[in-house]
Amino acid sequence: MSYSDLAVTSVLLVVLFDLFIVRTQLLTKAIFWTSYAIIFPMQLITNWWLTSRLIVIYNPDMIIGRRLAGAPIEDLLFGFSLILATTSMWVFNGRRLKHK
Amino acid sequence: MLTFTVFGSFWLEVALKVGVLRRVKRLALTIFPVALIFIAWDAYAIASKHWRFDAHQMLGIVGPLNIPLEEYLFFIIIPIASVMTLEGVRAVKKHWPVGDIDEL
Repeated sequence: MSYSDLAVTSVLLVVLFDLFIVRTQLLTKAIFWTSYAIIFPMQLITNWWLTSRLIVIYNPDMIIGRRLAGAPIEDLLFGFSLILATTSMWVFNGRRLKHK
Repeated sequence: MLTFTVFGSFWLEVALKVGVLRRVKRLALTIFPVALIFIAWDAYAIASKHWRFDAHQMLGIVGPLNIPLEEYLFFIIIPIASVMTLEGVRAVKKHWPVGDIDEL
């Protein structure tokens, strides 16, 4: 699988996780989208840093080739998955660990 | 880049008293399972040459699965920053529903 395939698959899986598996349903909540709106530009800055200095180098055969702030757009899907998976897990644990 | 993220988010711990680092168990149970999956992804991506790192700009410490130390730290620091951002927003927007026990 290419990076593009994996990036799209991961978003689908994490969306399923949030909406139907642990049912934290952060995708329907303002708290998530506001947090994401804060993190998104930060990701663009760090992506730009890592790619413009050639710290991370992507294989052109494994991406579709469209870039934003220097990094493949696949990175935005990767970031979205990581952020949603983490915050969803955090809220899920917050519910589960109530009797610590 | 990791330092930038730490400075960009960890002040919330002090300024807004989000208390993320204080909730060690909950944080560990959040980071660990997510990191496992993303580290597997990273290992696959490195092995399949989806991406590589410039050896001259790395610390040079490479851990299991041929993954550099910086990548392992990435999967700890970025999730902490994400949770701190979420809790930072909650601290400012107290009436917004989240869906866990910190409400009410």
